[in-house]
Amino acid sequence: MAIRIENLSYVYSEGNAFEKKALDQINLIIPDGQFIGVIGHTGSGKSTLIQQLNGLLKGTSGKIFYNDQCIYDEGFEMKKLREKVGLVFQYPEYQLFEATVLEDVCFGPKNEGLSPEEVKERAIEALNQVGLSEEYYEKSPFELSGGQKRRAAIAGILAMHPEVLILDEPTAGLDPKGRDEILDQIKKLHTERGITVILVSHSMEDVANYVERIIVMNKGCVMFDGIPREVFQHYRELEKIGLAAPQVTYVTKGLEERGWKIDTMVTTVKEAKNAILKSLGK
Amino acid sequence: MIRDITIGQYYPADSVIHKLDPRVKLAGTIVYIVSLFLFQSWIGYVIATIALFSVIKISKVPFKFMVKGLKSIIILLMITVIFNLFLTPGETLIQIWRLKITKEGLMTAVFMAFRLIYLILGSSVLTLTTTPNNLTDGLEKALRPLNKVKVPVHEISMVMSIALRFIPILLEETDKIMKAQMARGADFESGGLIKKAKSLIPLLVPLFISAFRRASDLAIAMEARGYRGGEGRTKMKPLIYKTRDKMAYIIMLLYLVCMIVITRMI
Repeated sequence: MAIRIENLSYVYSEGNAFEKKALDQINLIIPDGQFIGVIGHTGSGKSTLIQQLNGLLKGTSGKIFYNDQCIYDEGFEMKKLREKVGLVFQYPEYQLFEATVLEDVCFGPKNEGLSPEEVKERAIEALNQVGLSEEYYEKSPFELSGGQKRRAAIAGILAMHPEVLILDEPTAGLDPKGRDEILDQIKKLHTERGITVILVSHSMEDVANYVERIIVMNKGCVMFDGIPREVFQHYRELEKIGLAAPQVTYVTKGLEERGWKIDTMVTTVKEAKNAILKSLGK
Repeated sequence: MIRDITIGQYYPADSVIHKLDPRVKLAGTIVYIVSLFLFQSWIGYVIATIALFSVIKISKVPFKFMVKGLKSIIILLMITVIFNLFLTPGETLIQIWRLKITKEGLMTAVFMAFRLIYLILGSSVLTLTTTPNNLTDGLEKALRPLNKVKVPVHEISMVMSIALRFIPILLEETDKIMKAQMARGADFESGGLIKKAKSLIPLLVPLFISAFRRASDLAIAMEARGYRGGEGRTKMKPLIYKTRDKMAYIIMLLYLVCMIVITRMI
């Protein structure tokens, strides 16, 4: 039960003046139940990569296996794959279209062909998971605030009961409070339902606090792949490609340069605090 | 998928044709089209062919792109050829039942086909080498005299350039929304007409909302920067004729004179 990507390449507008190589020989294994962060600068191929995972884009060459079945095989049911691999696009609130929030969340499960009762049940469950209470069910999606709209849109995917949840910049354009709420809820879903979560972001802080594995994309290639504290040790290389390590990494690195004996493998504020206290001998 | 559709179909390349003033290219296209209808003899075709292909060569646009434009007129082309072939009276060449192919018919059919093909190729040179914005700029300046008869030339060209500018944006938006709904299991392909039309609702509602939002954002942004119509408005890149533009006009004139003289003499 996993996603396996083999030698995947993707070229936009192949064969004319606008040709652009977006993915170049990607090899990845995404085991079940992992919480993965995909980071990279704009145009690094991260959005293209995640659209490959549920078959919205088809690789120019290479293969993708979902549970050991190649998704490009003839007769492979793309629709089933899209139920299993839920993809929340950037600014998902722009896909809302129904008259009420509840109906909009019902759209996904309805397309799966479930009975009306089950559809409603799933929609309510999903809305609960993202923290939208009953008072919003009958409201028009366009009356909601930005953060609420986004949560309604995420619920629209969750209602399909995906085994893999992919989120493309779920916190873009949200205030810090809205950002933390959404990320906390995703973390909760991950622990409670054990689903695989792939979080695409360019904010290191976001990613560092939540994920257990980071994939760094650069120019269509995987540049680093590992646990956060290891990846952030390459902060100089990360800076070169327009990214950065979390601020606390810089703090501990700076202290080390000034002669402190300190553990620099920290990614969160809490870890940094402990490392500093330890170094002070307290 | 949708990304592959090209509208406005500008092909970026570094050539003299690309750099010419859009007014020159507009005039050139008109002159060329007019010239195509001036002559009857084969010598005219030879000159038109040489002119067209040298311009295409200079423009550095791959010929394959030019031909793409022809696909859209294939049916029109067939109809013209067939009608001319069978319905022109004259000396009979072949007779199948009551359908006669005449010598004159064959000639006109071939000539008409060439005329149409050259017409399309000639105008694709204009659209392939001129950005839509440049083209509307050229139109605006060329049509400026119409301002005197109260035609709002500036406003029309502004509307045109905004509309052209928004085509790729809205195409991309459509692509994005389509994908987002497909990720939720939407199906835009299968089913009958009614089912297909219904399946478009999840696409059209967000698309319209986004178009209106963009339009209102744009209006505010324009007003915030002091836009108040065409009166007294100056251009960042004013169109001024350069030496190469004057040269191009002279070449155009020569071509036209050549066409008229030669076709009249032979």
